Amino acid sequence: MSFWQTPLGDLILIVGETLALLVPVLIMVAYLTYAERKVLAAIQVRKGPNVVGPFGLWQPFADAIKMLMKETIIPSGANRFLFLIAPLITFGLAMIAWAVIPVNAGWAISNINVGVLYLFAISSLGVYGIIVAGWASNSKYAFLGAMRSAAQMVSYEVSMGFVIVSVLLCAGSLNLSQIVLAQRQLWFFIPLFPMFIVFFVSVLAETNRSPFDLPEGESEIVAGFFVEYSSLSFGLFFLGEYANMILMSALTTILFLGGWLGPFGLWPAIGPIWFILKVCFCLFVFIWVRGTFPRYRYDQLMRLGWKVFLPASLGWLVVTAGGLLATGFLPTPA
Amino acid sequence: MAVLDRTARSLILAELAEGLWLTLRYFFRPKATINYPYEKGPLSPRFKGEHALRRYPNGEERCIACKLCEAICPAQAITIEAEPRADGSRRTTRYDIDMTKCIYCGLCEESCPVDAIVEGPNFEFAAETREELFYDKAKLLENGDRWEDEIARRLEIDAPYR
Repeated sequence: MSFWQTPLGDLILIVGETLALLVPVLIMVAYLTYAERKVLAAIQVRKGPNVVGPFGLWQPFADAIKMLMKETIIPSGANRFLFLIAPLITFGLAMIAWAVIPVNAGWAISNINVGVLYLFAISSLGVYGIIVAGWASNSKYAFLGAMRSAAQMVSYEVSMGFVIVSVLLCAGSLNLSQIVLAQRQLWFFIPLFPMFIVFFVSVLAETNRSPFDLPEGESEIVAGFFVEYSSLSFGLFFLGEYANMILMSALTTILFLGGWLGPFGLWPAIGPIWFILKVCFCLFVFIWVRGTFPRYRYDQLMRLGWKVFLPASLGWLVVTAGGLLATGFLPTPA
Repeated sequence: MAVLDRTARSLILAELAEGLWLTLRYFFRPKATINYPYEKGPLSPRFKGEHALRRYPNGEERCIACKLCEAICPAQAITIEAEPRADGSRRTTRYDIDMTKCIYCGLCEESCPVDAIVEGPNFEFAAETREELFYDKAKLLENGDRWEDEIARRLEIDAPYR
């Protein structure tokens, strides 16, 4: 029995693996804010941040330092404990979910057989951070934002669930690595294209991104559920939200874009690079969509979720199941 | 038929795709931003910037203390006091412009019969204290000396349209 199989060695290994995943994720979050500003600027024919460092590359760090220097303000009417715990919930959940993401064959920190369920559960818990923040702030705007966010995330999770079920039917496994391996012949976004769109739009709603950013809705309710937050607690919300975007891009990559597999089996050796490239593409689309579409109205949002996406995903689920059965492609449990 | 067309278009998300295509094309356009402190946009010869009091080529100040600018100034930013000089010519002893009151309307320049007070091309005269923006005669004359070439050029370009 080597050192790495003892409990201590195992612990060190897990901590090392976690750091090796989370540190790049956090750096990616920092540069996602930079990329967002640059892409939005380019769409609006502006230059974006270009003063701090070469091409403005130190801008995220300047922002982070500025944010940490600020004073933490706790409103006098707020519930202190919940007010401070809410950003931790959001941030913690955004980080925990990364445990099952396979960046390459066998590179998941924890390769569990119910990876999809785990991710789905964690992303559903995400709503607690927001609703606790909105309630604990004891502010009208924060409360309205939290209510909107809760309604929105619950609505879109339903259709997202059905989309995931149709992917599971094609893959025959709940294990994320197995789902990627099932796409060796054909990435799932081709046979399930309408579902891919439904999934991506639901992901936009799930992460409270434009055009579904009603919980934040600057023009109506200032900043939504985090109006009262400042300094580090605001920073944690910010980090959590952007980490969630990256997480959801990773999930899209795994479920539909073939994870670490290169197109047409190209260069299998650089799996993680393919993975990162696909995640970056998804993130670009996130920002691109934000630069293009205006915000939905609340009733339109609900109509889209319940009256369009739910029947569509349910119908396509039946079509997928029937098609798989008829053509004999239904994967049999091993 | 129109209904069918509309339904089909919304089902294949035609409008959304068009919108995305438009923003993607803008994404690759050359940027309209100019790199301000290093690059500057063009200024019209009529641009109304920081004030200056001009002199004749022989060094005599133009202002004859007629106080038309003081009278016309809608923000009442100009204060003038005058008395005859030793050689008998009428000149100002005090010519103050409160730049925090000034609305940069250019009426002082319009009203001046001898082209003495002008609004020059300079707009980068921000100051850290209020007091620095209370301009006196010395400061305005100094501005005139500093910007004379530019001011003369601008007046010449604009002359045909006056």
